Amino acid sequence: MESSTETGIVRWVLRIASIAVCLLIWQTASTLRLNLGLVTFVNVPPPTEVFQAALDFVQSSKAYDHVTSSLQRVGLGYVIASIVGIALGLAIGRSRHAADVLLPPLEILRPIPAVAWIPLAVLLFPSSEASMIYITFIGALFPILLNTIHGVENVDPRLIASAKSLGGTQSAILREVILPGAAPSIVTGLAIGMGTSWFCLVTAEMISGQFGIGYYTWESYTIQNYADIIVGMILIGFLGMGSSALLRWIGATLTPWHTVGSARR
Amino acid sequence: MSGRERLAKPDLGRIDAEHVSIRLGQGEHAFEAVQDVSFAIDPGELVCLIGPSGCGKSTLLGALAGHIAPSGGVLKVDGSSVRGPHPERGIVFQHHTLFPWKTARENVAFGPKMRGVKKAERRRQAGEILDLVGLSDFSDRYPKQLSGGMQQRVEIARVLVNKPRLLLMDEPFGALDALTRMKMQELLLDIWTRVRTTVVFVTHDIDEALFLADRIIVMTPRPGRILEVIRVPFERPRPAEIVATPEFGQLKRHCLELLHVRSYGDPLPRLSPLGGTADA
Repeated sequence: MESSTETGIVRWVLRIASIAVCLLIWQTASTLRLNLGLVTFVNVPPPTEVFQAALDFVQSSKAYDHVTSSLQRVGLGYVIASIVGIALGLAIGRSRHAADVLLPPLEILRPIPAVAWIPLAVLLFPSSEASMIYITFIGALFPILLNTIHGVENVDPRLIASAKSLGGTQSAILREVILPGAAPSIVTGLAIGMGTSWFCLVTAEMISGQFGIGYYTWESYTIQNYADIIVGMILIGFLGMGSSALLRWIGATLTPWHTVGSARR
Repeated sequence: MSGRERLAKPDLGRIDAEHVSIRLGQGEHAFEAVQDVSFAIDPGELVCLIGPSGCGKSTLLGALAGHIAPSGGVLKVDGSSVRGPHPERGIVFQHHTLFPWKTARENVAFGPKMRGVKKAERRRQAGEILDLVGLSDFSDRYPKQLSGGMQQRVEIARVLVNKPRLLLMDEPFGALDALTRMKMQELLLDIWTRVRTTVVFVTHDIDEALFLADRIIVMTPRPGRILEVIRVPFERPRPAEIVATPEFGQLKRHCLELLHVRSYGDPLPRLSPLGGTADA
């Protein structure tokens, strides 16, 4: 039988090989200018070219500003979405009245894609910065909200009854029972919301601006700099993946009971 | 005054049930789970409620805990009627309801925390009670790191730390294996001799009831009414061997007859002390 470290190494080799194969296929397809009819690689820059563009981007003076302005927008929109999403989710999950009052408008807003929000976001907010933050906020809000509601509704009613029997007041039960009980689901929502917030970044930064990875990607498209588009795309992919992983890690450290191995079974 | 003596409240914990009826369910599904039940339990007494599944014994227990309101009659503890759940009327369920995100010690300290007891003091109180149930070595474990018997012991400790007048137990050992169940019964009697609280213990296990109780209240199938109240004459402390004595066998036969004569048709679903018709 393999030891666990060996299995770990094998799994990592597989993961890296998977990405390598993807790159190889892309390289071959674009150097051969493969035309499959339905999909054509004629105008797609190969990974080597993208890699060069990425190097140029990193060395350029604007790289830092692009990344920090995007991080700021996503960060702010996301934090506001977390606070609003969790607060609304707790209220809706706990009270039928809150659900009746709050849920119908939210359900109508939910299917609206971020792109469709652009004109209204511009009209609603005094600065384009605020409009962009609003778009990333809308992107993150619904996964956080829905997972919070789901988590709250699934807290074992027997735990709530026990807490009442032990002298818990409404606010203590919310803090000591509902919130930790719903925490694993909330963490899932936060991780998904982090992804969707990045997902909406390009949309948000289409509004205007000088800086931002989304803006950089969009600008590269308008000036037909294809390699740079892909650099922007990959950068968003990495930042989104990294921040989701960071969140899962924070979530796991905040919910240790959820991850402890059971010593007995 | 030692900590254990302070837990004793021999003059409090009297229960008076006067013509108590309880209706469960909504609209056309509503039914009478408990019908015109009257009894009195003395402070410090250990009384078992037995009866066929679905007879309303857990419902009655839930009403004593304050989770279900009677539809008729009065339910009084020490002269005042029961209104809502209260730490003085602690309840232990068949399946533990420990908070998975709290360690055994933090679970037990929950009651004191709700009363505003300072952290160091509530940790000390929790440690003391965990010691009483023999779990001082496991106080920093999470519930899922404990065996079923240990989980129930923490659950009992969490209720006892509030120095309750009533300890209400809904088939607390029903989900445990036979050996663990016997040990838990002995442990309960041991705790009860040290912490003289009134215990109302719901079970459908006649052996368990005869081993534990001062008195057994036998209930009829739905709607639950009192069929007979049996005084259990065995002296305490009771060794586990009493189950093999002829007197024990005689009483057991009597109980079996009471339950068999009265049970007809298919068994009903178990009722929950929280008012539902099914338990988790």
